[in-house]
Amino acid sequence: MATPLVEMRNISKRFGGVQAVDDVSVDLYPGEVVGLLGHNGAGKSTLIKTLAGAYPCDGGEIYVNGERAIIETPRDARSFGIETIYQTLALADNLDAPANLFLGRELMTAFGTLDDDAMEHEARAVLHRLNPNFKNIKDPVKNMSGGQRQSVAIARAILFNAKILIMDEPTAALGPQETAMVAELIQQLKKEGIGIFLISHDLHDVFDLSDRVSVMKNGRLVGTRQTSKVTKDEVLGMIILGKLPEDETADDLASLH
Amino acid sequence: MPDLDKTMASDADTEAGQSPLRLSMMDQFSRLTGLDSRLLAMLGALLVIWIVLNIMTNGIFLTPRNLYNLAVQSSVVGVMATGMVLVIVARHIDLSVGSVLGFLGMCIAFLQVEVFPLGAAWNWPLTILLGILLGAVVGVWQGAWIALGGVPAFVVTLGGLLMFRGGAFLVTDGRTVAPLDPTYQLLGGGIDGSIGATASWTLGLLAVAAVAFFFLKARAKRARFGFPMKPLWAELAMIAVWAALIIGFVLVMNAYNKPRSDIPRGIPVPVLIMLAVVIVMTFLARFTKFGRYVFAMGGNPEAAALSGINVKRTTIMIFVVMGMLCAIAAVITTARLNAGTNSMGTLAELNVIAAAVIGGTSLAGGLGTIPGAILGAVIMQSLDNGMVLLGVSSAMRQIVIGLVLVAAVWFDVVYNRNRR
Repeated sequence: MATPLVEMRNISKRFGGVQAVDDVSVDLYPGEVVGLLGHNGAGKSTLIKTLAGAYPCDGGEIYVNGERAIIETPRDARSFGIETIYQTLALADNLDAPANLFLGRELMTAFGTLDDDAMEHEARAVLHRLNPNFKNIKDPVKNMSGGQRQSVAIARAILFNAKILIMDEPTAALGPQETAMVAELIQQLKKEGIGIFLISHDLHDVFDLSDRVSVMKNGRLVGTRQTSKVTKDEVLGMIILGKLPEDETADDLASLH
Repeated sequence: MPDLDKTMASDADTEAGQSPLRLSMMDQFSRLTGLDSRLLAMLGALLVIWIVLNIMTNGIFLTPRNLYNLAVQSSVVGVMATGMVLVIVARHIDLSVGSVLGFLGMCIAFLQVEVFPLGAAWNWPLTILLGILLGAVVGVWQGAWIALGGVPAFVVTLGGLLMFRGGAFLVTDGRTVAPLDPTYQLLGGGIDGSIGATASWTLGLLAVAAVAFFFLKARAKRARFGFPMKPLWAELAMIAVWAALIIGFVLVMNAYNKPRSDIPRGIPVPVLIMLAVVIVMTFLARFTKFGRYVFAMGGNPEAAALSGINVKRTTIMIFVVMGMLCAIAAVITTARLNAGTNSMGTLAELNVIAAAVIGGTSLAGGLGTIPGAILGAVIMQSLDNGMVLLGVSSAMRQIVIGLVLVAAVWFDVVYNRNRR
């Protein structure tokens, strides 16, 4: 098979006395969605934040397109085409949509000043494609609805030709209709050849959208399976019992219900 | 850019389309003028204060002479308040500005009088430059403790409040340094410290032209991009208001004559310095990455860091700017006193913070404007000035100013609560 878009090898991360991520390896191919599953505190967000540059890992290596990538800051991650949509959205509530979209990589005029008009122009284009009803883009983000805020966060991630997208609980704050739209977006991005890490605690979401699932428990990787080759119960067993499908007994599966 | 047509198209947000209908009159007005309702409230408050004080002082308050003095008195606090806006917007505080002003003022006076030959033409420009550099060093010192050391700004600058006051004493062991260079004294706005009628008119008309140019240029650019625009009459009305304010200001400053003569004074130099600072600081806040990052850090520090903003460097930069502004304020203060004394700037931090907060800078961070801070400084100074005219004791004045500060923050809290 082709070179993986991202390969995270033997990643470890420790916070004080807590081993948040312990020797975890996952990978991601172009046009693929890999679901990361696990309970709260399983380490999935921490693992993915080392890829996003939110904090450097203590051990392990990251490869992007087969090349060793040193990712220590969010800026490093972006330089490898890695974009992240955080669960909290990570928007500056007091700024408007264009300012948030371009935060950290503003468009500048020839005089070295912020080119607000150019940024507004681009922002209008991308937000209109995501959401044609989006008119009040010059309002502070805090005055926007949950769906609009989500649109801003998504637009920020896809505006700069992302190759690798990390979505941390992208639908947690959304209603069913908006959730369906995020699902549609993910399908489109896949067609573009973008690789997506989808982090969720919602088994059904992940089953519908992902090609493979990686399950974590207590900071360790339980295993990675093709989504089409496992049942929801088997994955539930991986999440709750930390056992691989082939090790799960009928009693184990029964105990889940 | 992936093809995203139709995705999220049916987003259920209809507020966007409906919101113009639900805007109140106040919101409509502020949308047209580009002024937020809170700044308008402050302008209204200033007008009320002026009218009431004018009636209470039997017309003395709104004389050219008093307004001239008011403008000069506001400039020191105004200069520092522009920096305090950035500090507070980024969720920090600077309690040391008064002491830093005293320390830098003493250093400038000491260098000018006792180190370099007094009377040399290069003396005063060099001491100003050194003062500003030293202000930047003070900023690096305090900013580094905050950004790299992780010590809260409240504590670092509370320490600075004591340290730099002590430093101001140590420069000359408490001696007052005087007199200063005669040319330097003009920067303080004394008898000759203003630019006269002709230059005032020239500057005023240039300013009107510049305002019109920038308003219309911004409009033309929005039109080119096809963005929604305010109606043309609203923009023209805004230009007219600005022109009236600028011309009115020049008229008032020119109506105050030099003693025993009918030579108009014109705009005082310290006020020009303050206006220059306002322009530079507004530019910094609105049109540079640095300014954008300061506001982003204030709005959501975590988001700022995740966006790749160098939060530590930006924090240090904020305090460097604050230190340099303290140096400029120290120049005006020493030039006005024609001396360096170690008590200069005592309690100025309170006026500066009050000016920023009254001018609409939210202590919760992320919100504030430079012109608002100047408005705040003028409101504070108007109250103080008016009470002096009324013969109110200094003890009572402190009580009133203190109450105004508390009331301003209370207003901020109520305003934010109602916004949600």
